[in-house]
Amino acid sequence: MTSSKVRARGTRRVPDATGLELIARELRAEEGAGGGAGAGSPVIETVFFRARATLVIEPARIRAVLARLRERGYAFLCSLHGVDHHPDEPRLGVIYELLDMGRVDRITVKLRVHSDQPEVPSVFPDGEDGPGWPTADHQEREVYDMFGVVFRGHPDLRRILMPEDYEGHPQRRDFPIGGEPVTFTHNERAALGTPK
Amino acid sequence: MKREPVSAGPHPVDPDGLRVRSLNSAQLLRGSALEGPVQPVHMKGAELEEEELERHVHERVLTTSLDKAVAWARSNSFFPLAFGLACCAMEQFHAAGPRMDIARFGYEAFRASPRQADLIILAGRVSVKMAPIIRRLYDQMLEPKWAISMGACCSSMGVFNNYALVPADKFMPIDVYVPGCPPRPEGLMHGVLKLRKMVQDDPAKGWRERYQASGTEEVLPEPYAGGSAGDVVEGPREGDAEGA
Amino acid sequence: MTAPDQGAGPHAPSLSDYRKHEQSITLAPVEQQIADAQTADTREELLTLNFGPHHPATHGVLRLLVTLQGEVVRDLKPVIGYVHTGIEKTAEDKSYWKVIPVIERMDYLAYYFNAMAFCAAVETLVEVEVPKRAQYLRVIHLELNRIASHLIWLGTSALDLGAVSIFLYCLRERELILDLFEMSSGQRMHTRYFQVGGVFEDIPRGFEPKLREFLEIMPERADEYGAILNSNEIVLQRLRGTCPLDAQTLLSLGVTGPLLRAAGNPWDLRKAAPYCSYQDFDFKIPIGTVGDNYDRFAVRLAEIYESVKIIRQALDGLPEGPFITEDRKIALPPRHELATSMEALIHHFKLVTEGFRVPPGEVYEPIESPRGELACYVRSDGSSKPARVHMRDPSFVNLQALSHMVKGNYIADLIATVAMLDPILGGIDR
Repeated sequence: MTSSKVRARGTRRVPDATGLELIARELRAEEGAGGGAGAGSPVIETVFFRARATLVIEPARIRAVLARLRERGYAFLCSLHGVDHHPDEPRLGVIYELLDMGRVDRITVKLRVHSDQPEVPSVFPDGEDGPGWPTADHQEREVYDMFGVVFRGHPDLRRILMPEDYEGHPQRRDFPIGGEPVTFTHNERAALGTPK
Repeated sequence: MKREPVSAGPHPVDPDGLRVRSLNSAQLLRGSALEGPVQPVHMKGAELEEEELERHVHERVLTTSLDKAVAWARSNSFFPLAFGLACCAMEQFHAAGPRMDIARFGYEAFRASPRQADLIILAGRVSVKMAPIIRRLYDQMLEPKWAISMGACCSSMGVFNNYALVPADKFMPIDVYVPGCPPRPEGLMHGVLKLRKMVQDDPAKGWRERYQASGTEEVLPEPYAGGSAGDVVEGPREGDAEGA
Repeated sequence: MTAPDQGAGPHAPSLSDYRKHEQSITLAPVEQQIADAQTADTREELLTLNFGPHHPATHGVLRLLVTLQGEVVRDLKPVIGYVHTGIEKTAEDKSYWKVIPVIERMDYLAYYFNAMAFCAAVETLVEVEVPKRAQYLRVIHLELNRIASHLIWLGTSALDLGAVSIFLYCLRERELILDLFEMSSGQRMHTRYFQVGGVFEDIPRGFEPKLREFLEIMPERADEYGAILNSNEIVLQRLRGTCPLDAQTLLSLGVTGPLLRAAGNPWDLRKAAPYCSYQDFDFKIPIGTVGDNYDRFAVRLAEIYESVKIIRQALDGLPEGPFITEDRKIALPPRHELATSMEALIHHFKLVTEGFRVPPGEVYEPIESPRGELACYVRSDGSSKPARVHMRDPSFVNLQALSHMVKGNYIADLIATVAMLDPILGGIDR
């Protein structure tokens, strides 16, 4: 796709809109991709924004989609991070950034889950459907810690940045930012609760 | 034995002070042959009396209290704990580096173990997870100990006023706060020298009364609390069940 | 010393007679020793040692749970979060302009890189173009920061290995770099120099001669460090052949940067996907062969020379022009305009109080930091504050490779490997 396109020097190669649609069509065509026969297409939509390609997929099919993309050459998982779309439901999003080093192509895979059922299959361990992505280990733990997304199948899903017994998922949008009150002379006693 | 003053002129001079100087070289060379042994004045201490004795002592002996002497010694030889948390640690390195040399003041002996250090410079942001550990380190230090909070993040909340950080004076007593983000090495030195002055001037650490910060001890976790102070935790002895 | 699980590979240094005699006294491999020991009616057990978070040799507050069998590391679990600052959450609370100082403090040795990633992401979202002069100035400061970061890495790593004087030498050079930063922005660290659309201010008049002076000095000094360390038997023994990891495993672990380049894979975003005018400069990417600690060390040392080359080319080719975008909706107008132009005053007011608005969208912008691929993901919802800022920090991902590197090696090699890994806990914990 993109290899035949003339690239201006200094610009970044990503699947262009056509390339993205071709990938999405292939994924849609393989209906059984990870879902068994008749499961439907894993791709919910494609987004091409600021020359960057994104696939939005069904959460349950993430492993299969990543495996297909790995076969197409996107073998390097750069980043796995979470985002909170509060107050839009489904609010918890997980984003996978993939990179094809050979052709210097990037593609983003996104999925969204509801906060009352935030389960996503973990892409870290090797499974029957193929090898896993070892780089996802700490990154999935961070998404769990900060957003509360539970990665089913992760062998060691504990909090990684906050203390182990912390309650709450700090980077959710409705989690208060916290902090100490800024004390001036006029509110020092009230803010700190101490006698002067 | 007293001598006649050499000059009994209109300006009475201190006979003791002039005694050595009033001898000319010939006299010095002739030594004991001339009017008895010539003793340098400063060795005559045992033979001086009253007023001369007082003046003698006043000129040569420094009186002080033990407190002040010890405070002077302590303040000039802080052993900082090698403890850097975040960006301020980089400026701490520079304070120990060749340009802003902390060794000029005598504080270059950064110790790795809290037991051997007496100054903890909290360089960096203190997160919720790290606070109990820092408190434990502080408790493990032996008295007298001091703490400098370097940078805005541990003094107040700094740039980040959020759920993840704790200002250092919430869980441990701090003696000097050094503002900055990060403070220049000169700024850190200013803070350390300020602490030095505080220690020299007030050996009793009176400034700590405001927040009752003396007598912190290490609190050991439960399994060790039952043992006496000299207990060494022993490995499995023979006869123990394997892996116990 | 060779680790027990490896033989002397093809890259073992040639040995003097004394060394040959030393090596003729062979130790059986650890498994053999254990088997012998078990038959000899003694007990051996695995010891789990807690390494940190307060430890002179962990670079920052990194806690490692190391399971040892004798002196050999059998398992390693890093525990992080001891300097977690909630930077990403704080960034959601501030307008885009104010996020820059917050985000700079993440990877605290590569502060310009943090700011660059964020500014590049926002510039992509806002679709504003950075003028050429600003790009060159950015490159100069980025490469200076790269050198400064490598100098601290070199100093602290040598300190871990025992070569204490290198620490002071590296700090001496870093003082020169920090002087330059202070000249251009007024601050030594966390300078807030990069802004969305360009840089904050043009470089002052004395900057260029001082920078040229520095560029004369730096390669000589780097030669000195290389000479000192490369002829030091202890350093060579501790680094050569210890804890190698092949490029394939590194790629599956998501490792980028000098660690990957030491293993032979020449992946560098400055060449592969050039950003910020890097395609205008002629420089090489140093790569290693084996991927052991010595290669990691040599790659970073060589990168200092390449950075000096880039800075020289950028300085020679520095074009005239604005240092920040002319788009007044994004960048502050110059102060002299405020006295004459009403629009400038209003723009200034709006930018300072509310900040500029960014059209809704998400973007992921990667750059090459001294530790690997540093990327910034910004999601905006149309307001003047970002809805999500995530920094993909290279050290966070590279740390996962540590346990693979040290399994089966001595604990002393663990120290050397942590040093060569160059973790920056501010970036790991954010």
